[in-house]
Amino acid sequence: MIRLLATVGVALTLLTGWSGSEAAALTVGSKKFTESVILGDMAQQMLARGGLEVKHRHELGGTRVLWDALLKGDIDVYPEYTGTLRKEIFAGTAISGEAQLREMLKRRGLGMTRSLGFNNTYILGMAWDRARQLGIRTISDLNRYPQLRFGFSNEFMDREDGWPGLKQYYHLVQKNVRGLDHDLAYRGLAARRLDVIDLYATDAEIRYYDIRPLVDDKHYFPDYDAVYVYRLDAEQRHPHAFARLRKLEGRISEDTMTGLNAAVKLRHQPESRVAAGFIAKEFGSAAGAPAPPAVSRLDRLKRNTVDHLILVGISLSAAILIAVPLGVLAASRRRLGQALLGLAGVIQTIPALALLVFMIPLFGIGAVPAIAALFLYSLLPIIRNTYSGLHDIPVPLQESAVALGLPAGARLRLVELPLALRSILAGIKTSAVINIGTATLGALIGAGGYGQPVLTGIRLDDVGLIMEGAIPAAVLALLVQGLFELLERLTISRGLRYRKIE
Amino acid sequence: MLALQNISKRFGDHVAVQPLSLTVEKGGTTVLIGPSGCGKSTILRMIIGLVRPDSGTVFFDGTAVVMQNLASVRRRIGYVIQDGGLFPHMTARENVTVMARHLRWSKPRIADRVTELARLVKLEVDLLGRYPAELSGGQRQRVSLMRALMLDPEVLLMDEPFAALDPMIRFDLQRDMKSVFRQLGKTVLFVTHDLGEAAYLADTLVLLREGRVVQQGTYRDLEARPAGDFVRRFVQAQRPAPSGEAP
Repeated sequence: MIRLLATVGVALTLLTGWSGSEAAALTVGSKKFTESVILGDMAQQMLARGGLEVKHRHELGGTRVLWDALLKGDIDVYPEYTGTLRKEIFAGTAISGEAQLREMLKRRGLGMTRSLGFNNTYILGMAWDRARQLGIRTISDLNRYPQLRFGFSNEFMDREDGWPGLKQYYHLVQKNVRGLDHDLAYRGLAARRLDVIDLYATDAEIRYYDIRPLVDDKHYFPDYDAVYVYRLDAEQRHPHAFARLRKLEGRISEDTMTGLNAAVKLRHQPESRVAAGFIAKEFGSAAGAPAPPAVSRLDRLKRNTVDHLILVGISLSAAILIAVPLGVLAASRRRLGQALLGLAGVIQTIPALALLVFMIPLFGIGAVPAIAALFLYSLLPIIRNTYSGLHDIPVPLQESAVALGLPAGARLRLVELPLALRSILAGIKTSAVINIGTATLGALIGAGGYGQPVLTGIRLDDVGLIMEGAIPAAVLALLVQGLFELLERLTISRGLRYRKIE
Repeated sequence: MLALQNISKRFGDHVAVQPLSLTVEKGGTTVLIGPSGCGKSTILRMIIGLVRPDSGTVFFDGTAVVMQNLASVRRRIGYVIQDGGLFPHMTARENVTVMARHLRWSKPRIADRVTELARLVKLEVDLLGRYPAELSGGQRQRVSLMRALMLDPEVLLMDEPFAALDPMIRFDLQRDMKSVFRQLGKTVLFVTHDLGEAAYLADTLVLLREGRVVQQGTYRDLEARPAGDFVRRFVQAQRPAPSGEAP
């Protein structure tokens, strides 16, 4: 057992080493939405302009994943918004000014650039022609037209600082207000069924739908200034690189950012090229920062398959090696068994995404925490089926083995495990299928795999890209299922294939 | 050969075996008989160590059976139960030889012993390659007896081995078993609730009721000198076949 654990430990260490071997001088992270990925690419290219090797781990999950990875040192810098730092990261602490925010970051060994030049806050918007026709420029202007129809995203309707607060703050009188899906809101506006919707200041759709953002004249919405947050030790190591990064401060206006977002989301250009184009225009083209070459669909599929198989293969093998003995233990010691099954059951109830995020403080980001989470997730079906397979062996058979004089170890090996094999294999099969599906979430913490194209596809609303991950994952699940059925046929004794007639 | 001294067993509120003493002489067949729930199976299970007596001691060949020598005692006892207890994932041959293989007997020795036993229990050698599910009930019991005899134990414990069989198959098996017991001269302790079977096989009968020995003796003793009304009624209720093999 101990040797087993040691083997798993060594495997994990090797894997860590393996991902570390491609370690760059600096690593940039970005969240799973387009603007963050573009800003991540810009940071990578600016930092790399001096010839430094800089890696970009794009499309990691949400704020919590990036923040934990930054604290852990898995990434050195990522784009963030001041509003998010105040309201999410340091929620519960009232932070008055920028100086205090910097102080809070410094205490954690972090720094922050000045604003990159745009404020990606909530705003209200109207169709340009309609706004011009009514002469509306600011939110206050809305009160001149009580009949206007408002359509807000469900989140905006619910949030304390969304519509309820806004309505009170500006004394808005409109009664025709409804909540709906954000994408439908744009279409409602285009079809003239809605007059005013909520949006983010730099949404690509602002241009596509020809929307006039209304000025927040009484400053209701908090600032969501875009900045880079980074580790101070990374800045110390590479001061020149960070000096180059700072050149982006104040250079990106809301309008510019909206344009860059639109280039990716609406004109389907790769983020890295959009970022490179902006940098070349602003700072002139420079050596040392070539945009990465486009990857073919087949290469991508190969890489994702390898990543996915690594995640599933290691986590499932480790789970089998640990869970089968635990199931045997559970079957032989009643009380311990109940405790084990209970514990594994509790792990199973943790949502997969939460479990992945819990692993970050322990293992950082990438394949290792994903494997650890998948391992934990695969335990229960195997333990439970091993336990019930052994437990359900008819008493006369168990007693016959005892009466023959076989010692416990030989009974387990010669009689009990072979009789429980069908149940054990069924448990492993269940675990494998769950594992393959859950592993797609690994992309959220930078583990790659089939989840990567799914994630990107959802972000870019690209069904083809989603299918590029979804179909191979489904095929893999079916293959593994078939493999286990074959294994069943090969390993389960012919004598067990007769159904009881009596 | 076997001696039970003041052994008792209760399962919850139910008293399975009252404090009871019993001696089984070497060689010959002793049959434990009585209505269901009289404790006869429990006695066998206490001897082989599947059930621990609440009190009392089991002596095997003069030695008290304790945890430390239980394993070696078990190898000197063969045990056959109602449905044979054969392992369904092993062929008949594997079932018969599992313990010998575990003890690392040589292959020729195992093969010789299997051939010998098959002849003894009148089982075609070809059938040994089959799985239990591919054998008839009678064949399964013959295999089960082979497995019990494999290590040449001194004692055979048989717990209603024929109860689930058709009458005609049972008839053949009873005849063959009796001949096996005669040939081997082993100490056999046999449990049944069928007086005809008991009368046919037994040298000594032990009639049990509610965990107590009511009478011990030959069938003739029970018939001619019943130790009370229960014995008389038991003998009458299970009237043996009017003609044929019953004495």
